[in-house]
Amino acid sequence: MTDTIDDRKQRYKKVAYYPGCALEGSAQPYDISTRAVGKHLGLQLEDVKDWNCCGAMEVKNVDPEIQTYLSSRVMSQAKNKNGTDVVMAPCNGCYHNLKKAEYDIANKPKSKETVEKISAKAGHEAYHEGEVETIHALDWIKWGYGEEELRAKIKGGLKGLKVANYYGCMYTRPRHIFPEKGLGGDSESLTKPHYMDDLLAVAGAENVDFPLKTACCGGAHSLSDSDMSTKLVLNILEAAEAAGAEVIATECPTCHSGLEMHQIRALKRLSKDTNVKVVYFTQLLGLAMGMSPRKLGIHANVSKSIPLLKERGIA
Amino acid sequence: MPIHEKSLIRPENLSTHEHLVIDGVDVSGDWSTFIRSRVVTDYNEDLQDEIAAMPGGEYIHRCWQCGSCTNSCTVNAENPDFNPRYWIYLIRMGMESELVRDKDIIWQCVSCNKCTSACPRDVVPEGVMKATAHWLELKGYTEPSNSTVFDEIFTEQVVERGKIEDGEVLMEFLQKTGQPLTQDWLVQMVKQMVAGFSIPTLLKMGWNTVFKPRTSDWSKARDAIREHIEEEEAARHRALGLDPAE
Repeated sequence: MTDTIDDRKQRYKKVAYYPGCALEGSAQPYDISTRAVGKHLGLQLEDVKDWNCCGAMEVKNVDPEIQTYLSSRVMSQAKNKNGTDVVMAPCNGCYHNLKKAEYDIANKPKSKETVEKISAKAGHEAYHEGEVETIHALDWIKWGYGEEELRAKIKGGLKGLKVANYYGCMYTRPRHIFPEKGLGGDSESLTKPHYMDDLLAVAGAENVDFPLKTACCGGAHSLSDSDMSTKLVLNILEAAEAAGAEVIATECPTCHSGLEMHQIRALKRLSKDTNVKVVYFTQLLGLAMGMSPRKLGIHANVSKSIPLLKERGIA
Repeated sequence: MPIHEKSLIRPENLSTHEHLVIDGVDVSGDWSTFIRSRVVTDYNEDLQDEIAAMPGGEYIHRCWQCGSCTNSCTVNAENPDFNPRYWIYLIRMGMESELVRDKDIIWQCVSCNKCTSACPRDVVPEGVMKATAHWLELKGYTEPSNSTVFDEIFTEQVVERGKIEDGEVLMEFLQKTGQPLTQDWLVQMVKQMVAGFSIPTLLKMGWNTVFKPRTSDWSKARDAIREHIEEEEAARHRALGLDPAE
């Protein structure tokens, strides 16, 4: 890539925002805090016009090409209706599916054919490979704003709050769909991702050494195989506590609600009580910049972190 | 069949004798345990092709049996019987009855994609697990799993409206799988959720429940998607020699 840091910064200043279904439903605090932090930093978001669901983790099991079509339509809307070439998705599922559609359209003739066929019938431009770059909210802040610039915005900071950074599955796997990751230098790592750690360190957190950064929370079967999900979540919660974390920072609505839901379920069903709090990374960044918890939707999290944040003088 | 993993020897195939003399030699003690030989005669020579015809299964032929999938597997760490490498082996050998012994756990793949990232041959084992679960249902070996019920409710909403409303998916799923809404942990979660909601958030949720979120101008996309799904479903039935109308 001939792309310099400044080029990228320019490109990410104004992006098409793809919130997705979760952020409009159960994960509203993530949507609220993402928009609030963007506004605070002067980064512009324009919602993808008339977006649709990306297919999440379900549609592919019914028909993988339909999932590819659904995700491709979102990118087609961004390109042709918003007139942008960057889509930012804070949800790992949306982010993953758009990247996967990009990969499949470029590499699988059947995917490309299905996307073209259905797009024609649906009456919109088909998406073509390379028309849009999909980025995560982490890329957006890290590269669109910049770590040094962020440092200057910190007011109060996180005061050494001990944080376990949890990225889940879909931010780095499978490796094929993230050709820009794992290249060394300042690229994101596929095995030990660190972009969230980097941003929260700038915000004044003390990141603990957390071995389960990319472990699975069982999110795909959160409801359909709850006992398995409870076990997987409990592994994550207990490992975070063993590492000394007071808070688990999340960057995915499915992981976040999975942790919250099964933390309660582990207590009710297995009598396993864990006390670590679950907070979106955008909420932590906002707090570090002196924004109010209400503005960041922290009260609306199921995991009640306000008392801890107050006690630590952060909220 | 060679012994690949000792743990795969089932107890009923082990035979232990208290006092055993063979050709005048006393083989009592540790030497008296034998593995009963088995004869497999019900090979399904089309098994690999059938799995390959299911969504996600198309690259199964690439497998070299290195075991990276099972080694990296999230579910295997919780339940050693969940063994993608072994199932891929059985499918490629055509050992249908052996595979069917594990019919009630194959659907439990959580799609974490550790296997797909680790696989040196790009088999996409995660897809093979989904394909196999799908195959078990189509062949009538299992009822649709909870996972399939969830996938279908979710997909139906997306196809119909372009978007989902997650509360509605949850309610419909619990209802269809006969789970009470009053489960202690669900009640506790909803309590904690509602406790911190601001008025605008509550209003937005209420609005979404009454006026379902939908993508505007979706009807043509909906029809094209339905048509595609029906065609593919019929093709899969044909691949398994089943009546496409079923």
